[in-house]
Amino acid sequence: MADNPNPAMEDTTAAPAKKKGVKRRAFLIGGVAVVGAGLFGIKLADSNAAKKAVELTTGKGEYNFATWLKIAEDDQITIYSPHTDIGQGSNTGLAQMLAEELDAAWDKVKLVSAPAEPAFANTGLGRGFLAEMTGQPGIIEGIPQSFLSFIARSMNLQITGGSTALRFTGQKTFQMVGAATRAALVEVAAKRLGVPATELATADSKVIHAKSGKSLRYGELAAEAATLSLDSNPKLKNPKDYKIMRQSMPRLDLPAKVDGSAQYGMDFKVPDMRVATIMAAPVRGGKLTSLDPAPAMAVKGVEKVVKLDNAVAVIAKGYWPALNGLRSLSPQFSDGGNAGFSTASIFKAYDDLIAKGEPDGEAGEGEVQAALGANPIQAKYQVPFLHHAMMEPFALTAHHKDGKLDIWGGMQDPLATKMLAVEVSGLDADNVTFHPMLIGGSFGRRLPMYMEIVEQVTQLAMQLPYPVKLIWSREEEVQQGAYRPQSAAILKGAIGKDGKIAAYLNDYAQTESAESETTFIYDLPVVARRHYEYASNQQSGAWRSVNSTQQGFYNESFMDELAHAAKADPVEFRRRHLKPGSRHLNVLDEVAKRSGWGTPTPEGVARGVAIVESFKTIVAHVIEASIKEDGSPKVLKVTTVVDAGSIVNPDGAAAQIEGGTIMGLSSAIGEAITLDKGAVQQSNLTDYPILKLADAPPVHDIHFIESGAPMGGIGEPGVPPAAPALANALFALTGKRIRSLPLLTQAKV
Amino acid sequence: MAIDLNVNGKAVSVEAEPDTPLLWVLREDVGLTGTKFGCGVAACGACSVHVDGQITRSCSIAIADVAGKNVTTIEGLKSADGTLHKVQQAWIDAQVPQCGYCQSGQIMAAVALIQQTGRPTDAQIDEAMTNICRCGTYPRIRKAIRAATGQAAAAVKGAA
Repeated sequence: MADNPNPAMEDTTAAPAKKKGVKRRAFLIGGVAVVGAGLFGIKLADSNAAKKAVELTTGKGEYNFATWLKIAEDDQITIYSPHTDIGQGSNTGLAQMLAEELDAAWDKVKLVSAPAEPAFANTGLGRGFLAEMTGQPGIIEGIPQSFLSFIARSMNLQITGGSTALRFTGQKTFQMVGAATRAALVEVAAKRLGVPATELATADSKVIHAKSGKSLRYGELAAEAATLSLDSNPKLKNPKDYKIMRQSMPRLDLPAKVDGSAQYGMDFKVPDMRVATIMAAPVRGGKLTSLDPAPAMAVKGVEKVVKLDNAVAVIAKGYWPALNGLRSLSPQFSDGGNAGFSTASIFKAYDDLIAKGEPDGEAGEGEVQAALGANPIQAKYQVPFLHHAMMEPFALTAHHKDGKLDIWGGMQDPLATKMLAVEVSGLDADNVTFHPMLIGGSFGRRLPMYMEIVEQVTQLAMQLPYPVKLIWSREEEVQQGAYRPQSAAILKGAIGKDGKIAAYLNDYAQTESAESETTFIYDLPVVARRHYEYASNQQSGAWRSVNSTQQGFYNESFMDELAHAAKADPVEFRRRHLKPGSRHLNVLDEVAKRSGWGTPTPEGVARGVAIVESFKTIVAHVIEASIKEDGSPKVLKVTTVVDAGSIVNPDGAAAQIEGGTIMGLSSAIGEAITLDKGAVQQSNLTDYPILKLADAPPVHDIHFIESGAPMGGIGEPGVPPAAPALANALFALTGKRIRSLPLLTQAKV
Repeated sequence: MAIDLNVNGKAVSVEAEPDTPLLWVLREDVGLTGTKFGCGVAACGACSVHVDGQITRSCSIAIADVAGKNVTTIEGLKSADGTLHKVQQAWIDAQVPQCGYCQSGQIMAAVALIQQTGRPTDAQIDEAMTNICRCGTYPRIRKAIRAATGQAAAAVKGAA
């Protein structure tokens, strides 16, 4: 091992990379900073992590391969996923990728959550982030796997988000592990059968020698194969030979999800457990200033009232007495000086900032202003905060006993959850265990940047003599969110004599820059996007597809405005600005063809188009819509074309596009979190209307293009084009441009 | 107070405050956690069960009001030999669930709808299936209900 020039990085159990209040982008860039700090001259053996993985996963007759795979003597294959399957089916996809390269018998493949331990930090994710953030996939090729593993452990990287599971973990790790293990099994079989490895084939968890008709089961070979060192750069299959990938394998987790047996964090139970519920300061940033616990203590079943810095919790025998106890209280909270924030005040601040014209990190301003000329086409767009509304409210159980802390539940980054509990409890990492459970939806809400429930339940457990399950009421869930930011943009465009856009400017204001998540797809002579930073007292959350939702709405609505100004068809106008032969143009042409773009529609029906690239995947929707008697929109049909490079599980990918489209439509039509005097005005799903079955598209035609481009995400990219495609259809129908969401006035600010 | 009821064909006696919602008695006292807590105000339907055959949002009915009644939960749908109810099987065949959290309630609502209508029309499905699914599995819920009642799959054309 060479000397480590940065000894601080040696300590893999140090405080979490993520501190409270660290923003999402800082987190990502932080990863690259770690890499940059030690990119050269380090070669770290990773034997400690591998040894720990063996300890954590294997029993008698079981053998671990490269941390993520276990083969048992009875041929059972267990894959450890560092991702939390939050419903997107990614764990089934990951299992397909590993099993394909391993040539495993699919019916004996099982996938479980990796332990929330540093040994299972996600190397592939580190590799993927590194490649994507630097824009140079090549630079990672020379970096040893052991070093990438070390980086991931240093960052506590076990996160699910950014549509990364299959494209990073799958491609960068799981396919390699499968292929390398297969090679080791073949090597052992060759020795035992006394034949050259080149005469051996693999299928259904067996190594087969066709000439002699002999075969050996993986279970028979595993013990010896596990002693070999695995090839770090194994040869992967030609996609034409795939038998498990690119197939619509049924999801592994569904049987337990239709009979009530699936155990979510909400369902966890241990003997002697109490139930707590909590109320934090309604004005974010405020503190608990006074509290009389007596009314709660008078509620039958209530055992204790606990004051936290900014919240009050009631502990009881069950949720109902805990909730009644909490509701009986009249806690006083300060407002942290945040009472001045309202939806209107934030929009006003945005307007003022953009008018002042001093964006962050400005480049090319003079050029774009000159190209826009004196009379550009101009429009202002506004979108509200959005709530994730995961169906399972937060619920974590914690128990502190004999110096050890155990926590059970579902979070998007189990390892970061553990490390936050370590930080809050003051215990050693060895004495804190997080047990990941199924998650009832997340959409970004359970990411490590805003896991206040982990802090709360840890604080409760450290002072209680029994296990406690902390459940957030739906009201708490709605009012204490980590919302998609409220945002506004002023867009300007100029159209040249050739009917093409001469200059395009997108000035947008919100908490953080959207640059890392949004891709501007059009090829224009002069284009600038400028961010104006403004923070309210609300947390800036990653909401499914992150900043691509509002940026997709802004750009694709404004492209329609420019098309209208140029008296051009919206599809034809977009074509003018996409490079010939590009994937984007291909997707647009395909969606136009499949949707019957340009063909007549029935009276009262119109089409709208939008195309957005996010997470390296290009999605175009054409939406056919009409207007109901009550004035609300009715989506009649969606035609979608997706180029995600390649698809691992077509039916699973279609499910993600269907769901993403519906979430995009739901937010466009009815959803808004609004603020008054610094506090959220909505309180439950009654005043935060989520689209229901009757309003979901009755027809959705989805087509995937296998372009062979680097694999993009699939969980998020269906969302962003939904709102602009609907808004553009409604413009075609009514001539009224929609520049503010949500569409339904009753939910408007 | 002690309250007697019948859950999934078995007599159950629980000690609970009379205003406790059926949901919490099922989850915390009877130990059946397949019925989910989503909103607590009957807005989402994750807690749907059958009370004397009627679809009921169990977060908003007091245990005292179900005394002596027959309650069926998601755990009670399978037949005695463990065979899935045809609606549960249709849910797997159509690969409906994503996160799965709302699906117990969705399935209970679908079973009640089918018991009432036999072969529900699209309009009846629209009217009856008002449970919220944040993952957006609605097209597959419709497809599964149609498949379970012998109707041709319509609407969503998958990719495969």
